[in-house]
Amino acid sequence: MGETILEVKGLQTHFFTDDGEIPAVNKVDFHVDKGEVLGIVGESGSGKSVTSLSVMGLVPKPPGKIVGGEINFKDENLVNASEKRMRQIRGNEIAMIFQEPMTSLNPVFTIGNQLIEAIRLHNKWDKKKAKARAVEILKLVGLPRAEELIDEYPHQLSGGMRQRVMIAMAMACDPEVLIADEPTTALDVTIQAQILELMKDLNKNRGTAIMLITHDLGVVAEMCQRVAVMYSGNIVEEGTVKQIFKEPKHPYTVGLIKSVPDMTSKRERLYSIPGSVQKPGSIKVGCPFAPRCEHAFDRCVSETPALLEAGDEGQKVSCWLHHD
Amino acid sequence: MTEKLLEVQDLKKYFPIKGGILGRQVGQVKAINGVSFYINKGETLGLVGESGCGKSTTGRSLLRLIEPTEGTITFDGKEVTSLSGREMRKMRRDMQMVFQDPFASLNPRHTVERIIEEPMIVHKMGTSAERKKRVRELLEVVGLNSYHAKRYAHQFSGGQRQRIGIARALAVKPKLIIADEPVSALDVSIQSQVLNLLEDLQNEFNLTYLFIAHDLSVVKHISDRVGVMYLGQLVELTESDKLYANPKHPYTRALLSAVPIADPEFEQERIVLRGDVPSPSNPPKGCPFHTRCPEAMDICKSVNPAFREDDEGHYVACHLYDEDK
Repeated sequence: MGETILEVKGLQTHFFTDDGEIPAVNKVDFHVDKGEVLGIVGESGSGKSVTSLSVMGLVPKPPGKIVGGEINFKDENLVNASEKRMRQIRGNEIAMIFQEPMTSLNPVFTIGNQLIEAIRLHNKWDKKKAKARAVEILKLVGLPRAEELIDEYPHQLSGGMRQRVMIAMAMACDPEVLIADEPTTALDVTIQAQILELMKDLNKNRGTAIMLITHDLGVVAEMCQRVAVMYSGNIVEEGTVKQIFKEPKHPYTVGLIKSVPDMTSKRERLYSIPGSVQKPGSIKVGCPFAPRCEHAFDRCVSETPALLEAGDEGQKVSCWLHHD
Repeated sequence: MTEKLLEVQDLKKYFPIKGGILGRQVGQVKAINGVSFYINKGETLGLVGESGCGKSTTGRSLLRLIEPTEGTITFDGKEVTSLSGREMRKMRRDMQMVFQDPFASLNPRHTVERIIEEPMIVHKMGTSAERKKRVRELLEVVGLNSYHAKRYAHQFSGGQRQRIGIARALAVKPKLIIADEPVSALDVSIQSQVLNLLEDLQNEFNLTYLFIAHDLSVVKHISDRVGVMYLGQLVELTESDKLYANPKHPYTRALLSAVPIADPEFEQERIVLRGDVPSPSNPPKGCPFHTRCPEAMDICKSVNPAFREDDEGHYVACHLYDEDK
C-alpha cells in the first residue's frame, strides 16, 4: 500500500433543518493513497456528495455543519483550517469537478477568462504566462483548437467539451487529489468513455489521486483500485475492486451488484432489493440497512455494527453477519 | 406472436428553425429522418441512442403528441396519421405512455386516485364507483397499496411515483405502452424493481412495449428486439441477443464497447469515438455517422446507406454490407 495523502476519520456532517438534525454523513472513515483511484458508490441520499463537499470545505453552512471527525490532508486537519487556508488548498492541492458541467461554468465569461482566473488565483503569474498555461492545459485534456477555444463561451461547447474544460480547470494547478463527483452522469456513453479515458491518463501520467464518486458500478469497476460503498450516511463496505465485485460481504453490496442488468449474459429476472432508501437519521439504533435486509436478525435492530476488518487483506464491512 | 401490432414506415419529423424579425423559417432540425420498424403483438422493442438521436421524438410521434411531418403509422390495422383529432383521442386508449420524470409527469395538486382515474374519465369508462374500484385494483397490481389512493404525488419516492405512472397508463387497458426512459431517473436498486414490474405486467396483460432508453444494459435486459438510432435514423435493428453478440454497424459496435461493465476482470477492447454527434439541423451529407466512423469509405461521404435486411431479421444501414462489395 502506498502513502496515504488524504485520510478521513469519523467524519460527521449534519444538516440542521426545521425537521430536526439530519446526519447526512455519519462517522465515515476512509483514506486515499497517493496516485490511486478510490471509488465511492452509493444511491441518491447515501451521503456520498456531502462527504466530498466536506473534504473541500464546501458544505453550505448553515444548514450544514461538520460536527465531528477529522479530515487529514498531509498532516493538516482541514476541519479546523481557516477559510483563508482552505482557499489555498482548494484548487491548488485538492480540486473538484462536478456532475453538471453547464451549471459549474459561468455563462457570461469566456473559457479563457475562467481558466486564467483560476490559474492566477494560485500563482503570481502575469496574464500572458497564465494564458499560455491555459492553452497548454486545454490541450492536455484533449480539446481541439485550444487557442480559439479560450475566447469562446460555455454555451458554444457540447457537454463533453464542457466537462473537459472543467477537468482542465481542476488540473490547472496540478492538484494532488482530484475529487470527481459523478463526472460522467450527465454525458452519453460514447462521451463518457472519452472522459473516463482522460481521467485514467491524468491518474497514470501525472500521478493525481482521484476520489471518484458515482452511482454507476460499471464506471467503478473500470476506474478504481479501491471502493467504498455508502448507504444512508455510512460506509457499509470497503475493499479492493476485486474484493467488492467478486466477494462482496455486505448484503447491500451483494444486492446492488445483482441489481445491475448484465449485458454479457442471458436475460434472467433481475434481483431487486425490496423497499427504498430510508432518510438518513430515521434509524437511530441498529444497522441502517436492516429494514431492507433479508438476513436481518435481532442484533441488527438493537445494535449498530461498526466498519471492521473481515476476512482477508483489508476488506472491511459493517455487518453483524461478519462480526462476533 | 408474429402479428404486427404497429408498423411505422419512413417516419419523418422536421422541426422548423425560425429566425429574423419576420420569423421566417431559416432551417430545419431533422429530428427523425426516415425511420421504419414494426412491433409484433406481445413483444418489447427497445430503442437506444444517445441524446438528440430522435428516440423520444419517435415515441411521441407514434401517439401524435408531436405531429409527424411525413410517413405512415399503422396501428392495429388502422392508419394513425390520417385520423381526426377525435378519432386519435379514441385511439390513444390503446396506446399509452410512461414518462421519464416521475416528478414532472404527475399533477402535484391531484390525489393518486384522481391521477389514475383521469384517463378512464376521458375515455368514459364505467361509473364513478367502478372507476374508483379499478384504481384500487391497479394500485395493488403495480405493487402499491390501495390506501395510497388518497395521497398526493409528493408523498411518494421516485420509484413509487413511477409505479403510479405505470398504473395510470394501465388504467384504460392499452395494447401498446410507449415507455420513454422509464427507469433513467431511478437508483439501481429501484430500477430493477420497476423493470421486473414491467415484465410481470407484460406477461399478465399481454402488453406490447416500445421501450426507449439510453442505457444499453437495461434495453438489452428488457427487449426482444432492439433498434439503434443515430442522428434521426435507425442504423441497426435486430433481436436483442444478436445485436449484442454480433453488432454490424460501426456505431453499434462503438456504443456497446463504450459501456462500462460492472466486472473488474472483464477486459474489453474499447472503440473510443472521436468528436461529438453532429447537429441535426445540419447533418452531414451521406451516412450521418461518417464523420466519426473508424471505417468510413469514400462512398459514405456522399450516399446515405439504405436501411435494409442483411441477415434474416437483422437490419443495418451501412455501406460495409452493400451487396456488390
